[in-house]
Amino acid sequence: MSTPQIAKDLFRDYRFLLAFIVLCFLLFLAVLSFFSPSDPTLWFSVPRDLPPSRQYILGTNSKGQDIFWQATFAIRNSLIISVIAGVISRIIAVLIGLISGYRGGTTDRVLMFISDGFLVIPLFLIIVMLAMLIRDMMNILTLGILLACFGWAWDARVIRSQVLSLREREFTRTALLSGTGVVKLVIKEYLPYITPLAFSTLINNMSWAIGLEITLSIVGLTNMDIPTLGTMLKWAMSYQALLLGRWNWLLTPVVLSVLLFIALYWLSVSISEYLDPRTRVQRVGGE
Amino acid sequence: MFVKRYLIPRLLQYFLVIFLGITIVFFIPRFAPTNPVQRTISEIRSRGTYLNPADVEQMVADLTRLYGLEGSWGEQYIEFWRKLFKGDFGISFFQFPTPVIELIKTALPWTVGLLFTTTVLSWVIGNIIGGIAGYRNNRLWSRILDGVVMFIRPLPYYIFALGLLILLAYVFRLFPISGGASIGRLPSFTLSYILDVLKHAFLPALSLVVLGAASWFQASKLIVQNVNAEDFVQYAQLGGIKERKIMFKYVIRNAMLPQITNLALSLGQILSGALITEIVFSYPGLGNLLFSAINTGDYNLIMGITALSIVAITTLVLMIDLLYPLFDPRIKYK
Repeated sequence: MSTPQIAKDLFRDYRFLLAFIVLCFLLFLAVLSFFSPSDPTLWFSVPRDLPPSRQYILGTNSKGQDIFWQATFAIRNSLIISVIAGVISRIIAVLIGLISGYRGGTTDRVLMFISDGFLVIPLFLIIVMLAMLIRDMMNILTLGILLACFGWAWDARVIRSQVLSLREREFTRTALLSGTGVVKLVIKEYLPYITPLAFSTLINNMSWAIGLEITLSIVGLTNMDIPTLGTMLKWAMSYQALLLGRWNWLLTPVVLSVLLFIALYWLSVSISEYLDPRTRVQRVGGE
Repeated sequence: MFVKRYLIPRLLQYFLVIFLGITIVFFIPRFAPTNPVQRTISEIRSRGTYLNPADVEQMVADLTRLYGLEGSWGEQYIEFWRKLFKGDFGISFFQFPTPVIELIKTALPWTVGLLFTTTVLSWVIGNIIGGIAGYRNNRLWSRILDGVVMFIRPLPYYIFALGLLILLAYVFRLFPISGGASIGRLPSFTLSYILDVLKHAFLPALSLVVLGAASWFQASKLIVQNVNAEDFVQYAQLGGIKERKIMFKYVIRNAMLPQITNLALSLGQILSGALITEIVFSYPGLGNLLFSAINTGDYNLIMGITALSIVAITTLVLMIDLLYPLFDPRIKYK
């Protein structure tokens, strides 16, 4: 099916359409951060604690920063962290899923034991311990890599089961018997099946990474000087924005992250329903 | 056959996960750039106490022993396991010299109470409502519920709990803002104390139950929709068995089985969620203990909480796995 056709089918789903619009809006905000009039890490660049006005659209916070511009940086950095975490953990998941599913035997058992272990133990606590360890060199990149190391286990399982079924199919044997190398077989024949899976899990994983970034910021383990959705919320909480009723400061990161989470989720639900042909027939074929 | 083919490999896996988990917990802090002994001493110094050099040397030796940092990593590692079997997690660095186990003991009942109640409630509620909604998936209420869940499901624990806190404790002032019971009240077995505890637990419990139930709802609805299409359901319908009976006895019962396995798989996540929710509501359980341990850099306390959680969760998962045949008569491990 051609690309415009796929896009047309996807946009028929109102959830995809809404999620797409919201994400475009958030991306637009993130891009706006490049045109910010002030440096987001500086304190007292504007008067403190102003309510929303024409000059400061969302008002200013107790640190003397413009909340609107702060928010644009927060979205940009949160998205960058989640993309780093998502892409690296997809690479790990695809590699482990491929090796485990294709090799089978002991390799498979060892790798699946590790990923089972990851699913069972309370990973959050391990991540907290590691984050404490690298607290002094915490930045967008290190946080992204840290999260990537822990976000692959479930998806590696999904990819492995896909590879297991591919390996049993006729074309695998035909290819191997006619002299195709394993690497070539995997890249040319298997990856087209695995790429959509990796992509639909990528969105869920990004959402997981953004959520964990917020949590780690709240417990004070990320770099507080880098504006992200999490640190923005943490600063508002630690300046008692809740008790003092500074709603413009507190609700900005809350509303933005709620929008982001719902949009990412709807996008992923819509895409995975599209990838699952049974539900696709129901939706597209019905009209 | 059951013992050899299933039980022994499963038990081996269980011990291996615990062994590796605890080993990781032991090694992570050893790579930390800060030395807890030096930190404690500088802490004492910063309070303005004068220490003469001989005393400092003695203190360094004592603290090194107390913190379990004596000898090589190998010796420390063996000592760590030996103590762990006796339930000794060492001494808290910052609430010196309270043993970690004492701190955990005070916080544990709060977490266990909250976690157990909310996990069971959300599993039961989510699965039953999800099952009914899946069976009657063309009714209006089922679609509305599905729509509502689409908004709740993706939210992380922290954001959802904070939202509830803002709405129900600040805007409408229905519930207390924080804590496990009113300040200054001593625990007792009186009705008013229990009511007080329940009132404080309500918001944290509500946020855990709603989020949990939302995810069970979706999974259960999906499974039921698939079971619906099975031949035996149509056969039962054609045979004139009452709809209610088909729904509960045939369809939902079948759908709940995979959800038992899913429960075992998500226990670790559920625990993390409970810890985070406790932080939002300053609930006096392990989550809050963890929070203060992070803020003070108290590695021993974090190691204690993590080690205990790993053992508890893996044991629970093992128990669910072993009890599973009781729920599913088709499995006989042959």
